[in-house]
Amino acid sequence: MWEYTDKVQQHFLNPLNVGEIDKADGTGDVGSLACGDALKLTLKINEEEIITDAKFKTFGCASAIASSSVLTEMVKGMTVDDAEKITNEDIAEALGGLPKEKMHCSVMGREALEAAIADYRGITLPMAEGDVVCECFGVTDLEVIRTVKESDLKSVEEITNFTKAGGGCGKCEDKLRDLLAEARADKGLAELVIPVEKPLKMTVLQKIKKIEEVLEREVRPALRKDGGDIELIDVDGDFVMVSLRGACTSCSKSQTTLKEHVEKKLREQVLETLIVEEA
Amino acid sequence: MNCNEKNVIYMDNNATTKVAPEVVEAMMPFLTGCYGNPSSMHNFGGQVGRCVTEAREKVAALIGAVSDEIVFTSCGTESDSTAILSALQAFPEKRHIVTTRVEHPAVKHLCENLDRLTGHKHRITKLKVASDGTLDLAEYEKALSEDTAIVSVMWANNETGVIFPIAEMARMAKERNILFHTDAVQAVGKVPIDMRELEIDFLSMSGHKLHAPKGIGILYVRRGTPFVPFLAGGHQEKGRRGGTENVASIVGLGRACELAAETIEVENTRVKKLRDKLEEGLLASIPKSMLNGHKTARLPNTTNISFEYVEGEAILLHMNEHNICASSGSACTSGSLEPSHVLRAMGVPFTAAHGSIRFSLSMYNTEEEVDVILEKMPGIIALLRQLSPFWKEE
Repeated sequence: MWEYTDKVQQHFLNPLNVGEIDKADGTGDVGSLACGDALKLTLKINEEEIITDAKFKTFGCASAIASSSVLTEMVKGMTVDDAEKITNEDIAEALGGLPKEKMHCSVMGREALEAAIADYRGITLPMAEGDVVCECFGVTDLEVIRTVKESDLKSVEEITNFTKAGGGCGKCEDKLRDLLAEARADKGLAELVIPVEKPLKMTVLQKIKKIEEVLEREVRPALRKDGGDIELIDVDGDFVMVSLRGACTSCSKSQTTLKEHVEKKLREQVLETLIVEEA
Repeated sequence: MNCNEKNVIYMDNNATTKVAPEVVEAMMPFLTGCYGNPSSMHNFGGQVGRCVTEAREKVAALIGAVSDEIVFTSCGTESDSTAILSALQAFPEKRHIVTTRVEHPAVKHLCENLDRLTGHKHRITKLKVASDGTLDLAEYEKALSEDTAIVSVMWANNETGVIFPIAEMARMAKERNILFHTDAVQAVGKVPIDMRELEIDFLSMSGHKLHAPKGIGILYVRRGTPFVPFLAGGHQEKGRRGGTENVASIVGLGRACELAAETIEVENTRVKKLRDKLEEGLLASIPKSMLNGHKTARLPNTTNISFEYVEGEAILLHMNEHNICASSGSACTSGSLEPSHVLRAMGVPFTAAHGSIRFSLSMYNTEEEVDVILEKMPGIIALLRQLSPFWKEE
């Protein structure tokens, strides 16, 4: 169960400004049914550029509804210029905080507000132009970079909590890690990136070459002394298929040799994740 | 701590159940004076050992097993891991597993991490389910091969209650000399199970799903089935599971199994009637609602209903305001960002998957409670739909 603040509870159970303004001056439509949350924000703006009314319709969990409700309260009476400065942190703060996994709800609020203001001004948001990094939730690189900078994010997990990017199939994890480093470097915060143990990447060809080298240099001499040998049969992902030859085939210790000697050497010198198997 | 049990309408029994008062009573001596170790040489411990033996016999009786086929574990998850890893170690040359797309995480995540756990690469066939959550036995038959080390298929699905044809599936595996495991955590006590008539090698069950406490599970291991322990250690459980026995819970589970044998009839009559009333009432009074899962091949206590265009967590929290306890397959309740893998495997559309609510009843539920839910739910759904940008009044 989530630990929601009283303020979240209050805005969720008795949301304010529910609905849609007729002939709105600005409309922001973000999220989708597939994503699990969506927000339609409508604004009434007068000649002095003051937001006189705001209404919302939200599909989503308690924190999505509460974020929308509190946002409409925040912007009412503000000038468009001031409203534009509202960040997702401001929204979360107005609710007394949100569970970290729910921060994306406050980001959705900020996005809807921006979209509504852009609509009022008749411009296209730069966000919509970026390249989609996370296919599952349709998050662009520009959104990720911006959120990293704004909320001082330090890990891919935090990016997922704030933007949902990476929360589906997870295929974009590497890209997110690059964006994280890029955004933090931009801000002069690179040294603060939480280091992630990243296995060295190698192509199959590189692996085979390196494995052959290590086998020749470190493994074969010892085996040959005992009248045995080893042959590399195939490399499939992390799996290294080998075949023991000569005296090794009848040796009762051959399995131990494979795991404790060959695999250990290959892991030390080629790739930490390799698994050696007899073909 | 006081949980105000009396004020709550508890319809989340597939998550966990109330410990039966009879079970608590049976356990109490072992939480107080009878604290001896069942393995001890002295009579103070030995008499406790006899109570463990009796409990084992009661568990065995419920599923038509022999008492030495019952291994006590700490939970259903441990039982699942033990069975599958045992089979893989017993037949290290076999590298294929057949399971389904809708298994509990205890089996699903284990299978997904086998490479790392065993150091071998495995081929996992995850059987598809139809839109009503049922399996295709022709696909199953095709999946079985000489390389298959074990089949692991749940007896009944925890989210939808859909029951799989385990007897037949086990027979098909046996014909090909393939070990068969079933996670029967949700089925025991609700569906009659007689191991004498089944060709199942391993069966997992969990205490807290049938009115025993949390922290006690069972792995049934058929006599003669090759077995490699998961927890190495002492001689307990005939060397099949090390660790001093959780005596109080074992005795409690024994009592719970005795009760289950008596109440399985109630589950399939009175509880089923309540479930049907709830289900039919909700589907009739709330537009754009639909049942997830097969109408009849289903546990008598479970109903999973989707309310389109609203989100599950929001529904649950409004229900919570009325002290109604249930679960949802929505993304937000799980802490993940995607809705339940079970509903997705069934192809439930996103408009509905996010708004799914599971009600799971027990013999302790009453008709008055069903009536309260039927009274409250239409208002809750209508209120949230008013908020939803996707909802269009028809």
